[in-house]
Amino acid sequence: MAARTLLDKLWDAHVVKAATAATPGVLYVDLHLIHEVTSPQAFAELRARGLGVRCPERTLATLDHSTPTTPFDDLGQPVYASEEAAAQVAELEKNCAQFGIRLNGWNSDHRGIVHVIGPELGATQPGMTIVCGDSHTSTHGAFGALAFGIGTTEVGHVLATQCLLQNKPKSLAIEVSGDLPANCSAKDLVLHIIGQIGVNGGTGYVIEYRGAAIRALSMEERMTVCNMSIEAGARAGLIAPDQTTFDYLRDRPYAPQGEDWGRAVTQWSTLASDAGASFDRVVHIDATRVRPTVTYGTHPGMVVALDANVPAPTSLQERRALEYMRVEAGKPLAGTAVDVVFVGSCTNSRISDLRAAADVLRGRTLAARVRMLVVPGSLAIKHEAEREGLDQVFRAAGAEWREPGCSMCIAMNGDLAQPGQLVVSTSNRNFEGRQGPGARTVLASPAVAAASAVAGHLTDPQSLLQEQAA
Amino acid sequence: MNMPANAPITHIRSRTAVLAHENIDTDRIIPARFLTTTERAGLGRFAFNDWRYDANGKPDPSFALNQPAARGCEILVAGRNFGCGSSREHAPWALLDFGIKVVLSSEIADIFRNNALKNGLLAVVLDGPEHRYLLAHPGIELAIDVAQQTIELPDGGRFGFALDAFAKHCLLAGVDQLGFLIAHNDAIDTFERRRGEAA
Ligand code: SF4
Repeated sequence: MAARTLLDKLWDAHVVKAATAATPGVLYVDLHLIHEVTSPQAFAELRARGLGVRCPERTLATLDHSTPTTPFDDLGQPVYASEEAAAQVAELEKNCAQFGIRLNGWNSDHRGIVHVIGPELGATQPGMTIVCGDSHTSTHGAFGALAFGIGTTEVGHVLATQCLLQNKPKSLAIEVSGDLPANCSAKDLVLHIIGQIGVNGGTGYVIEYRGAAIRALSMEERMTVCNMSIEAGARAGLIAPDQTTFDYLRDRPYAPQGEDWGRAVTQWSTLASDAGASFDRVVHIDATRVRPTVTYGTHPGMVVALDANVPAPTSLQERRALEYMRVEAGKPLAGTAVDVVFVGSCTNSRISDLRAAADVLRGRTLAARVRMLVVPGSLAIKHEAEREGLDQVFRAAGAEWREPGCSMCIAMNGDLAQPGQLVVSTSNRNFEGRQGPGARTVLASPAVAAASAVAGHLTDPQSLLQEQAA
Repeated sequence: MNMPANAPITHIRSRTAVLAHENIDTDRIIPARFLTTTERAGLGRFAFNDWRYDANGKPDPSFALNQPAARGCEILVAGRNFGCGSSREHAPWALLDFGIKVVLSSEIADIFRNNALKNGLLAVVLDGPEHRYLLAHPGIELAIDVAQQTIELPDGGRFGFALDAFAKHCLLAGVDQLGFLIAHNDAIDTFERRRGEAA
């Protein structure tokens, strides 16, 4: 057989019916993740047609987007930002009960952001096709699963048939060579990559991240990278599974157990692009050149190293973006005053992210005027952080320690910034108004976010040390 | 099972409205705080909300779609990389409810385009020169023929556009894609059985 890419292998293994010139292929879905925001209309469609859910056991639901991150009230009930949000959650609870779908709801220890809990439970596994009505489904590709976001109509398709009509995307290899500098994180790397290929550089492609720098990343770091594939326009990102992947998954609740484990690992080990497989496009990235990186504009492709000068705008849009952000070209972003710091989201809310932020905050306090929210990605992460005492570090520094959820990443649950405020955020989108109407977002790593919270202006941990010594 | 598919779409004739901005993301098309709905109808009033209205909820006259000339326009010509970001299908729902039936750009994000076509919103990628021409001439009347895959200009000039064969078929015939998928039930059963045996 001809040399195949990882994408080819994943695709071929799930084709129920091949595409023809006139019709798209029918692709089987192994795991369907659902949440309250993009599913109600799909269930309504099923009901209107008198259809059932074909594979409830391949469907996993959670509450995350519109749920409050404040503690329960005195009666042990969540306090929603609006009646609509409460109704939306109630709708998902009703739909899951009626169709026999597992819901990691309010009573579950596994509640959390959909792209955090899938991997955490071991539901996300190499070789799978995984979809969700959410564009950051690309996160799961870190395990060598073909995972991508779909719309609500397609959520209905998968509920009813466990399949999707799909044309095969093209393949883009991003070869990352060299070692990532010690003061840089996976977030800096992926922001750097998006800056190189552009917000539309991946449109029509599935990215496979390859090379020594990718192999060296932990699973959590790999998830951060794959998570932001969509910010380069790619529906999915992939990393071939290896020992790092297997070590992470072993003994997770939904992972294969006993004898099945060995068989699974043998099979998973075949999931890599063959030597000589050809990609539709190849991009080379030198990891040694990455520096602490942030966004300065209003889309995730407008990135700059923290200590470098903001580039001059090259289009009307970029000029508008600078105006909106109140950022000046030709000057570094470091030093810009900060109002709010958000550590959370499916990009950077895992335990290693919280540790990175806590390491910077330990023994320090937030600058006056700065509000900081730390929102763990799941209840399990929250509990782990509390075991490690990280919550104490955050609280002592003056930050808010929250219940898990999407929170200020999407600002639809009441957690939001005020017009004009500058938010340093570990999330993935810096679109105008994403974190509240008129809010200005700077995307950054957890370490940079925490250092900026202490300094009161944009900075990285090394510079913070120097500032404080001076 | 023969549920209402989308109404067939064969011809569209309308003046254009132009939003020349690049990278118009789906958060701009409909901000996330309006996604707590469990309905798909009635979202047009939130289309481009934070762009269309000022902080006091008043229509911003400088926003292209608020201008009198844009009233009733069914064709939106947008800058490169339209519909990027979130996968929310609320974006095409909001545009359709607002009265937009066609989006033309030199590049349209994958998920948005997919969602649009599933709802009968024609999302067409144009070549650079044609795109630039339309961006520079807001308000001209276009006649779009889906079957012929052509766009006719007021002066009679005409150019073609690419359209996926299945998407075209669905638009022209109002095909119900879920019905089409369900017709593959036997193949899906066979696939599941084969995999079950292999495991
Ligand atoms: S954390 Fe943000 S990006 Fe991730 S699923 Fe939630 S809203 Fe989407």
